[in-house]
Formats: sequence, C-alpha cells, structure tokens
Amino acid sequence: MNRFSYSRPGNVDTAVGELTRHEGAKFIAGGTNLLDLMKENVERPNHLIDINHLALKTIEDTEDGGLRLGALATNADTAYNDKVESRYPLLSQAILAGASAQLRNMATNGGNLFQRTRCYYFYDTGTPCNKREPGSGCGAFNGFNRIHAILGTSDENPETRCIATHPSDMAVALAALEAIIRVTGPNGERTVPIADFHRLPGNEPWLDTTIQPGELVTAIDLPAKGFPDYYAYIKLRDRQSYAFALVSVAVGLEIENNQITDARIALGGVAHKPWRKPEAEAMLVGKTVTEADFQSVAETILSGAKGYGHNTFKIELAKRAIVRALQRAAKTETES
Amino acid sequence: MTKYIGKSMSRVDGVAKVTGKAKYAAEYSAPDLAYGYVVCSTIAKGKITRINTDEVLQIPGVIQLFTHENRPRLACFDLNYKDQDAPPGSPFRPLRDEKVVYNGQPIALVVAETFEIARYAASLVKVEYEQEDHDTALEHNLHRGRGPKSGVASLLKSPPPKPRGDFEKAFQAAPFKTTGQHIHSVEHHNPIEMFASTVVYEKNGKLTIYDKTQGAPNSQMYVAQVFNLPFKDVRVISPYVGGAFGSGLRPQYQLFLAVLAALELKRSVRVSLTRQQMFTFGHRPATVQNLSLGATADGTLDAIRHDAIAETSRFEDYFEIVVNWSGMLYPAENTKSTYDLVPLDVFTPLDMRAPGGVTGVPALEMEIDELAHKIGMDPIEFRLKNYTEKDMDQDLPFSSKELRECFRQGAERFGWSGRKPEPRSMRRGHTLIGWGMATGIWEASQGPARAEAVLTVNGKLRVTSATADIGTGTYTIMTQIAADTLGMPIEDVIFRLGDSDMPLAPIEGGSWTAATVGTAVKVACEDLGKKLFKMAQKMKNSPFADVKQDDITFADAHIRLKSDPSVAVSLLDIVGTNGGRAVSETSTSLPSMLEQRKYARAAHSAVFVEVEVDEDFGTVRVTRAVTAVAGGRILNPKTARSQIVGGMVWGISKALEEESVMDHQFGRFMNHNLSEYHVAVHADIRELDVIFVEENDTIVNPLGVKGLGEIGIVGMPAAVANAIFHATGKRVRSLPITLDKLL
Ligand SMILES: Cc1cc2nc3c(=O)[nH]c(=O)nc-3n(C[C@H](O)[C@H](O)[C@H](O)COP(=O)(O)OP(=O)(O)OC[C@H]3O[C@@H](n4cnc5c(N)ncnc54)[C@H](O)[C@@H]3O)c2cc1C
Ligand code: SF4
Repeated sequence: MNRFSYSRPGNVDTAVGELTRHEGAKFIAGGTNLLDLMKENVERPNHLIDINHLALKTIEDTEDGGLRLGALATNADTAYNDKVESRYPLLSQAILAGASAQLRNMATNGGNLFQRTRCYYFYDTGTPCNKREPGSGCGAFNGFNRIHAILGTSDENPETRCIATHPSDMAVALAALEAIIRVTGPNGERTVPIADFHRLPGNEPWLDTTIQPGELVTAIDLPAKGFPDYYAYIKLRDRQSYAFALVSVAVGLEIENNQITDARIALGGVAHKPWRKPEAEAMLVGKTVTEADFQSVAETILSGAKGYGHNTFKIELAKRAIVRALQRAAKTETES
Repeated sequence: MTKYIGKSMSRVDGVAKVTGKAKYAAEYSAPDLAYGYVVCSTIAKGKITRINTDEVLQIPGVIQLFTHENRPRLACFDLNYKDQDAPPGSPFRPLRDEKVVYNGQPIALVVAETFEIARYAASLVKVEYEQEDHDTALEHNLHRGRGPKSGVASLLKSPPPKPRGDFEKAFQAAPFKTTGQHIHSVEHHNPIEMFASTVVYEKNGKLTIYDKTQGAPNSQMYVAQVFNLPFKDVRVISPYVGGAFGSGLRPQYQLFLAVLAALELKRSVRVSLTRQQMFTFGHRPATVQNLSLGATADGTLDAIRHDAIAETSRFEDYFEIVVNWSGMLYPAENTKSTYDLVPLDVFTPLDMRAPGGVTGVPALEMEIDELAHKIGMDPIEFRLKNYTEKDMDQDLPFSSKELRECFRQGAERFGWSGRKPEPRSMRRGHTLIGWGMATGIWEASQGPARAEAVLTVNGKLRVTSATADIGTGTYTIMTQIAADTLGMPIEDVIFRLGDSDMPLAPIEGGSWTAATVGTAVKVACEDLGKKLFKMAQKMKNSPFADVKQDDITFADAHIRLKSDPSVAVSLLDIVGTNGGRAVSETSTSLPSMLEQRKYARAAHSAVFVEVEVDEDFGTVRVTRAVTAVAGGRILNPKTARSQIVGGMVWGISKALEEESVMDHQFGRFMNHNLSEYHVAVHADIRELDVIFVEENDTIVNPLGVKGLGEIGIVGMPAAVANAIFHATGKRVRSLPITLDKLL
C-alpha cells in the first residue's frame, strides 16, 4: 500500500472539485473494495476523498412514482428499506444475495456499482493483467478462468484481451429494473441509464464504466415499474453465502390475465457488465405463461456465448438458471 | 477419583480469548520494535539477477533490505535446518542464494520503522529474474512417480504394507468389482491467525521469541541450530495459537527472517505474513489415487488394490500414510498397494489435519460404497459383513474397536432404516435427496513428554509442559487431569504451556497430545502426590506415619485415609512445612511400548450424511450429519464435541468447496485469499450431531484416551460423496465436488 493524503469534504461540489484538482485521487465510500485493492497494490491513489459525509444517504420517492436511492445509502439500509422491499423486492433480494451482513453494512450503493472485477489475476500483481497493467497480457485467458465471462468478452488481441466479469449482484437487479444513475461532475449533472453505465472490455479493458474522471455518482433512480408481483433472483455460487455469483439471473415479469405483458431478464457473473438481450425478452411478451417457451428464451440469451475451459460449464448453467428464474417469477415452478 | 475428567467443562482459556486478553505472536511488543515485510518471488523457477536495493533503502523509515546478497553466514549443514517435522531431504533455507525454487518463495525482507513503511517499501522492490521452465502439474507428471526416500520421519510414517495373497487373480475372478481414479486438490491450512514472530532482542543479546507454532521447543531448536546460538539464549513463547491444523508443525519462514533481522540489527523485530503469503509454504499435497476392489458373489470383499501418487517439492520428500488404511478396516485376503511421489517446483507439502487419512480413507470408502451398490447390499450391511477384528497388515488385534457400535448408534440416530436403496429414489420437486455413510479411522498414538507439577505456598497446583493449545482445548483437559489426579478443586489448578523453558513436550499434532501430555501431567501430579505424602508422614503427629500410599487418597485438597476420610491432612499444611517454599516434581512419561506393540490402536467413526442436490444446478447442501465416534475415554464431552464438529465442518468443506488452484502457466496458486479460497460458512452448515460411543481401552495409554483432533474429518468427505451418489446416481471421484461436476 502506498502513502496517501486524505480529505473529508462536506458537500458534493467540493468533493468533485477536489477530485478534479488531484490527479491520482479517488473517492472512498464504504472502502470494502478500494481498501482491499490498495493493500494488494492494485489501486494506488495518492489522495483519498472520503465522501461519507455527503448528504447522499436518503431513500425517497421521486415525482414520477419511482424511488431515489442515495449513493451513500448502505447496501443493508437499501435492501431492508420498506419501500424497496415492497415495491422493488427483486433489488432487495439481489443485494441480500451478495457479500455478507458485515460487508453490506459498510458497502454503499455507489461503491457497489464501481466495485472491480474479482478476477484472480487482476488482484495479483505477480501475474499479467491487461485491466490492471495495460498491455501486460491476460493471465486468465489460458489460465484458471472458472469465474470468468462467457459473453461479450474481448479475446483476440493479447494486449487488450479481457474475459473478466462484473461481480455485483445489485447491478444485475438494477439492469432488470432499468435504473438511471445520477452523476455530478465538473460540468454539472447528468444521468446515465444503467445499461450504459458499465461497458464491455473492447479495446480498453482497463475501463470498467463510462463515468469520467471527476464524476461522482449521487443517486440511483428506480423507475416506477418495479415488478413486485412477478420476479426472481437466482444466484448460483460455490457456497451458500459469501461467494460471488458463478451465474445469477434477475427476472421481472408483468402478467395480466395469465398473459405476459412485460419481461426483463438480466444476467450476472457472465460478462463485463450485467447482460441483457432485448430480443429474448420480446419473445415472452404477449405469450401466456404456459405457452411461453422459456428454454428458447434461454438459448437466445446465451447465443454467442463462449467458454474458456474452466468456465465453459457456465453456458449450460446460465440456461438452466434462466429457465428456473422465469418459472419462479411466473409462479410455475414445481415445488422444491 | 474423577470429579472433573469426563465432565463437560467450558474452556479455561475461553474468557481470555473472547475478551482479547489472550495475546498472539504478532500482538507482543518491545521497545524500539522494527517491522519486517516479506517480498515473495513471482516466478516458480530460475535465478534472481537483480534487486533494486539502493532505491528501496532510500525510502525514509526503511532500515534494511535483507536478501541473499547481504544475509549473514549461517549454518551450512542440512541437519541444522531440520525441525521436528522435517521430511527426508534438504530443508528450504530462506535467502540461501539467488535460486528461486517455487513461486511465492520469500526472497527479501524489508525492515522499517513502521509496518506501513515496510509494506510500502516492499511494493517498490523490483526483482529481475532469469526464468527457467517449471513443472508444477501433478496430473502431467504421474509417470515420474517414484518411492519416497526414507529418513527419520519415516520411522513415524510407515511405508505401504506388503501385498497379501494374489490381488490380480482374486480381482479377475471377482463377480463384483469397481475401479476408480480419485483426485484430491491442494489445500492450504489457513488458520485464522496468520503466521507471525515477534523477536525481542534482550539487553544481554539473548532472544525472546513470540512465535506462532505447534511446538515452542521445535522453534527454539530450529533457531538455535540455524543461527548457531546456545539453546539457553533462545526462548520461544507461544501461549495461544489462533488455529494451525498442522501448519505450525514446522517453523515457517517468518521466524527465520525475523530472527535474522533481529540479530543483524541488534534490535527487536516483528515479521507477520499476509493472507496471500499463507499460500506460500506447506500445504496438503495434490494426490491421485487408483483403487480397485473385488467381491465374491456373497458379498465378501476379497481384493483391494490402492495406489497413490502425491506431489512433493524438489528438495524434500514429504509423504503421507494414504494406502495403509484398508488393512485396518477390511479383512480382504488379496491386497496390493503402492505410494509414490512426484517432485515438482512447489514448496514441500506439510501435515494438515488427518494427513493421508482424509486422503486415503475417503477414496477407499467411496469405492466400498460403489461396490456395495453394485452387489445390491446396504452399505452398513456390507461393512459389517467385511468387518475386521485385527489389523490385517500388522496381524495384530485392536486394543479396542467399537466400530460396530458406531454403525448401530449412528444409524439409529440418523434414521438410516428409512433409506430407499436406489439412487435418485428420494426427491422433492427439483431437489434430489441422498443419504450416504462412511467409516473413519485414525491411529491412536502416544509419545514421550515431560511435565512439572508444583504445589505453591498458597496451596495452588501449577502444572506446566511445553506443549501447545492450537484451539483444541489442551489447557482445559490438562487442568481437569491435574485437578483429579491430586484431588484439587479445579479453580486452584493452573496449567501453563507454550514456553521452551518448560519441561519438554513434542510438537502438537497427530491427535496425540491428550495421550502424550495428558499422561505426563498425570504422572507428574502422581509423583508430586507421593512426595507430598512422604512430607505428610514426617509432620508432627502425622496421622499417616504408619500408613501406606495405597491406603490414602487425594480429595478436596487433602490427603485422606481411604478407610476413614475424616482422617486427613490438607495439602496447604503440608507445603507449609517446606520452609516457605513450593513443592515441585518434574516427571517424564514414556509410552509402554512393549505392551502397546502387541496391538493395533485406532479411533473409529461412522458418519451419516443427508444432502439435497438441485437437479438442474448441481448445488449441494448438507442438511444434516451424524458422526458416531469410538475414541476411547472422553475427557471433556464439550471440548471433544467441538473437535468432532470442527472436523465435520471441514469435511463438508473438503468434500464440496476447498481447493487451492494453481495456474500452471505461472506455477502459482491463484485463489490466495479467503474470498476465493472457499471454506464452509455458517450458511453451509445445518444440523450436526455427535455421538461418543463408550469404549474402554486400558492399553493405549494410562488415560485410555485416543485423541479426537482428526477422527472427526476422516469419514466426512466420503459420506458426503456417497450421499451425493445416492441423490444423483453420479459418482464424482474428484474433490471438491463443485456444482459443475454434477451438471
Ligand atoms: C469478501 C467480499 C465478498 C463480496 N461479495 C459480494 C457479492 O457476492 N456480491 C456483490 O455484489 N458484492 C460483493 N462484494 C462487494 C461489495 O458489494 C463491494 O465491495 C461494495 O459494494 C463496494 O462499496 P463501497 O462503498 O465499500 O465501495 P468503496 O470500496 O468505498 O469504493 C469502490 C470504488 O467505487 C468508487 N466510488 C465509491 N462511491 C462512489 C461514488 N458515489 N461516486 C463515484 N465513485 C465512487 C471508489 O472510488 C472506489 O473506486 C464483496 C466484497 C467482499 C470484500
Ligand atoms: S480477464 Fe481481464 S482482469 Fe482478468 S487477467 Fe485478463 S485482463 Fe486482467
């Protein structure tokens, strides 16, 4: 861990200003990801801007019937918030499927979005990694890639190759809910749909998001439609708790008179960002619950998926998880 | 008289531990303490060509950078580096020369005024290498297998047994047979306390070392021999150990580095390892086993072949007892077994809870289950039909063996009779339910040890022995044994351990501490009792003047006449006659080899497990498990149960989750943190039940105990795997059984 200076601004503008002024500075919220990475010498900020004193902790209704989640509200406070539990139970479930109680008490909503991949090589400075050290190569590509991506990878050019996943559970639910991320930067405020927030590795695997240096996430807006009646979050992992998803699926359905009127399906653990495939979702709309072909939907979502050896099992696993999540959301799952 | 032995008692050190009063190696301080941080290699094999020492030394607060280039001259014979658990070969010597022999090898130590500076400076150490090709994959090198070299350690670990009968012929003729290859991954011990040594450089130049170890005398010997110091100038103290599981049986490299720095700088130094560095020394070796079993038409197990190949380092031949268990469990007439090693560019493997046992027994017990299934026999019925009353290989009867009773009581508690024999026959929706069972076994041994018992002037009993308590409850049971032996109230008994100044005890491993140190404590207290009795006889108007030792007893801190307990002298009065001095006795206990040699001695267990497997996802949950243990006399059911439950939890972990994964491109373990090295978490553990089956054994040792540290884990992995087979019809022979193996 390198030496760093530290400041604790009291408002958003000062925070943004400080980050813009200090090259190599970073915001720190719960610290549950950043500190680990600093201890491993993966992140080496020379200045930390502690944003925990900004007034961004509230969870409140928006004018259009949605809900605004403060960037500094903790994952625990968000998951157990009455409004989230009743109107967005999918989000609540996804958050609670992540990490551990202790971590969720510290982790913030903003920090969760920015958490970095858990790729073993990314964490280990003794190995090559294009995300950590641009151009050094991708250790995972021919290595131990059990937890790696099967969709949207960048695997051709050895110097920009990256098959990492985004590890968040919360972001998968946010993708299904089509959340809007509110950002404040040196040029003022802007909003970014969650689908555009994270990016695929492409030729620049070192970039995780489309957020610019100096920008601060202030809130996450949930649109009014929360799928509280028909939803499911399934997370498959190597143990019952405290493990990242090998594959996770968030499903939200709207069903009227047994007919599906809207469908959202987002996958976690399979790509550099939460994965959605609109044409697959469209296959469900207009179908009755019994005639909908969940298997073909799953096949469509996974079309183009590619395994790298240790993670090839994820392709089949993801399909099965999608089918089950759809059944559970549509309430047609056989008793278990 | 046993007022305390056999009673459930909370740990005497429990309060100190939960209140933070118990101090661990990295928590001791010293004036002017300097901090060391270890730099580890990032290649598996080659030479160091350059280290940017000058640059690092310029960082304010950095005191020194130790590397192979500036280390002092040290002992040059391998023998000096041999610790009590060293396998045959040439022990690893940190900073010996420019050679890198495994990935993660300690190659430099930064010493600085603060830990943070040391860690920062370590991140700026740049090492240039000349790399050579390495070989770390056991699976690709099976053809290189060869028998282990023998050495002192092989006296304790027997080689594979000689063949019996004619395996090939019997196997060929067998109407029922099974063959399978079993692959076990590397595991790292990962106790919650990381390795650390705080070396206090005393004013007179002597060293007081707080070390994480399973044997303070072992660390003392190592330091004295390597650094050519008189034993009396090196004192090693280790009162509390935050888990070790075998990793503390050998001195780890932080001890070497901290001592080196302290001696060179003439200053106190602490070196503690990081979690990542906990993956840079000994580990449970990867092992590949091939088993073939054959049975006759009536279900008689007739032929067993068990071959194992394990990895070791290029410099030491670490080996385990993997293929020797079937002769203790099954009376097959025709057997054959081999055990080979493949040297690779890795660090030497190291004993880890039930070394060899939890590798060999689960493989055997999975094949036994498979064979029973093929024959169409209930797994317990098959085991009862093929029950052995003697150790077939040594041709010796057991000193005691209540395994039948384990089967009976375990099955009853579990409700085994309700099992439908067909695989996949018990399900609920997508959930497949499976019931499996397996046998466990672990040898009961005893070693020599010394202990001192002191009756203080205020009438307290203080007993010491240089053993360790790695969380197993040693403090507690020794206190119980001492209290009962001298008839003292337990509050007046203090047991201390973990100091090389104390009477010598061997390293704490192999489940032998209760037997070994327990016997020494008993003998020391008995000897002290004799001395006190003699003193009592000499007291003025002694009621015991004409009484024989046999006619008295120790109770309530008094010596009492057996025939009339009201005739008594208090121990406090006796010590009062000693001119204001305490009364002490130091004794040695030796196992009675002559008697013990006539018997095979082992603890047994029967394990029953229920799993739920999601048919589509392959996710497994162990919903309940019962272990019935025949482990001799149970000194303290509460601490004993903890040992067994801990073993069961680890067994579940080993069966389903635990694995250190090496990337052979780099020869480096990649999941080196507790987020990615999976061990069972609370949510994985449901109902665990332990039964202690009564077992009287007058041969194993004077206490009749067999040790419980390892028996809890041995049977578990196979029971889980067998339950998974029953649930799914899939026989997975490579551990851990992660969900992808069941898709
Ligand atoms: C062992 C372990 C297991 C875990 N398991 C899971 C899991 O199963 N599922 C899961 O989803 N997560 C899991 N997590 C990750 C956890 O959810 C994240 O670490 C946490 O959400 C990060 O939030 P934080 O507030 O602590 O972020 P920090 O560590 O404080 O910050 C993370 C990054 O975000 C930036 N940042 C923070 N807030 C803002 C903001 N408002 N605007 C701009 N930038 C910001 C920081 O600069 C930093 O780069 C696990 C973590 C650990 C350590
Ligand atoms: S997958 Fe991405 S993060 Fe992992 S090693 Fe390759 S480049 Fe680095």
